[in-house]
Amino acid sequence: MKRIYAKEEVCIGCKLCEVHCITQHSRSKKIIKAFREEQGRPLPRLFVEECGPLSFAVQCRHCDDAQCVAACITGAMQKDDATGAVVHDADKCVGCWMCIMVCPAGAIRRNAAQGRIASKCDLCGGEGTPVCVANCPNEALVYEDRGD
Amino acid sequence: MTISYLTKDYEIVRDEKRCIKCQVCARQCANHVHGYDEQYDEMTSDGGACVACQRCVTLCPTGALRVQRSTTHFRDNCNWTAGVQSSIVKQAETGGVLLSGMGTDRPHPIYWDRIVLNASQVTNPSIDPLREPMELRTYLGRKPDRLELDERDGRLRLKTALDPQLKLELPVMFSAMSFGSISFNACLSLARAAKAAGTFCNTGEGGLHKDLYEYGPSTIVQVASGRFGVTPQYLMAGAAIEIKIGQGAKPGIGGHLPGEKVTRTISETRMIPMGTDAISPAPHHDIYSIEDLRLLIYALKEATNYTKPVSVKIAAVHNVAAIASGAVRAGADIVAIDGIRGGTGAAPTVIRDNVGIPIELALASVDSRLREEGIRNQASLVAAGGIRNSADIVKAIALGADAVYIATSALIAMGCHVCQKCYTGRCNWGIATQDPNLVRRLNPDIGTRRLTNLLRAWSLEIKELMGGMGVNAVESLRGNRAHLRGMGLTDTELRILGIEPAGA
Repeated sequence: MKRIYAKEEVCIGCKLCEVHCITQHSRSKKIIKAFREEQGRPLPRLFVEECGPLSFAVQCRHCDDAQCVAACITGAMQKDDATGAVVHDADKCVGCWMCIMVCPAGAIRRNAAQGRIASKCDLCGGEGTPVCVANCPNEALVYEDRGD
Repeated sequence: MTISYLTKDYEIVRDEKRCIKCQVCARQCANHVHGYDEQYDEMTSDGGACVACQRCVTLCPTGALRVQRSTTHFRDNCNWTAGVQSSIVKQAETGGVLLSGMGTDRPHPIYWDRIVLNASQVTNPSIDPLREPMELRTYLGRKPDRLELDERDGRLRLKTALDPQLKLELPVMFSAMSFGSISFNACLSLARAAKAAGTFCNTGEGGLHKDLYEYGPSTIVQVASGRFGVTPQYLMAGAAIEIKIGQGAKPGIGGHLPGEKVTRTISETRMIPMGTDAISPAPHHDIYSIEDLRLLIYALKEATNYTKPVSVKIAAVHNVAAIASGAVRAGADIVAIDGIRGGTGAAPTVIRDNVGIPIELALASVDSRLREEGIRNQASLVAAGGIRNSADIVKAIALGADAVYIATSALIAMGCHVCQKCYTGRCNWGIATQDPNLVRRLNPDIGTRRLTNLLRAWSLEIKELMGGMGVNAVESLRGNRAHLRGMGLTDTELRILGIEPAGA
């Protein structure tokens, strides 16, 4: 399946991926409105990790054998067989955080502001290029099928 | 000194209605102009350190930023302008030589803009480059005085042995920029683009990084007065060798790469200890005459078994025609001339702005002189220093150049905004820096693509311009000054350029 891959050698740590992720998951999907007006701004669903000059964006790997799906007590975390994406149903999530405990990539966060639900990359719905990839100014994020 | 009398050059204007406090500006500015105050949850900007490189403006996702000239107004004075006063203040406070990066920003005349090109009308057909072949291929190197042919079995064979030539698919090469003055990613972008476009990049005086040897066939390796990184392998790796005598931005002086830029890889490439200043002497201490130059040219030819053309790069100075003639007679296969508007990573500002002559005049006088002496075929001419667009290239070729060198244009293609602060090592675009936080900002894939695009766009335009003139090959345009006319130039300037005034 197509996944997002980070090229850490050209990640510049600007965090524009986070900015555009927040915008994409806001109600208006308009950057200035999302940041300046909307209450309960969503969390970014990917996170730039930094250590000295090295940085890269971490996001859900949509694992083939997704441990978060196995650990989810309510069935909120599901593997979409058609696309291969691990999708999260906020309505079913009860905030037990088992997914966070088992995620090997540390790619799931608690979204306390929006009612204690888990927050993770949804590949922007799976249609087209995710906004983090499309807006990375240095092409440090790519969206491609590497057959793994 | 208690306070500095300097006033700031630029101010940041932040549209508070658009700013979303994402802090991209703060994370991107290596000069620490932008910051974020957690206590007050507000962005701060100190324009004093701003160099107007436009990095923050370009990356701001909401277009909330603008850089403008400082609105502090000095009392109007045509002699003692704000710039003149600032220079004096800086020197009064530091006691040092003022440095600058990039080419001069003084309003020296740009003759390219006073020269116009011809086009065919009625009596000679113009050529549509989309429908008919247009030849941009150029060969650089010594051409024989005459060709001798041998006829055997009714077939002609070339008897004359040809000297080694550089084959260019378009008459544009990337000029010398050393690894040290620019980042590895910038060097890699230039090398890959040169290879893709069928032309050459130039190592400058910093040697060839071991990972760039694979691009050797698209590289001209330079031998400068510091001899950094010069080994037999280095000489053999390149397609040609260039002896750097001078540079347009700083004729008559050497180079100085500060020790803090001499990182591990640069020390390995230049073969000097890490952290030591890399100083290129002003002259080559083994070249004090044309005869000495000949010794080095032939030493290099001998070292490479006469398989590579040797170029001599000189700055355009007062006696450039005589110097170029001497270089050709000394055995140079290519003479590169760098004009006063040529760029640099660091030069004393006073030298950059005041020493040398414009490339247009130098090129025309060198071409004329070599023709008069009957030795024009013995070397190719490469014009450098302020070539900004495809029209400049066409005009340079019509004035007598075989090809041009571009460097500033190439840097701009990669992201440079000509802020002239290359010498600080804090290039926000990841080009003129060795800081591991900054070099990653130039993705070599993007750099290569942008450079290749630029060369492609210029190739198309050169073909259009040539087609309009009814010329279908660079070979037919070279030195064809009948295609040029001068506008608003004095009789003396027209005579030196060897062109007629518009209307004549």
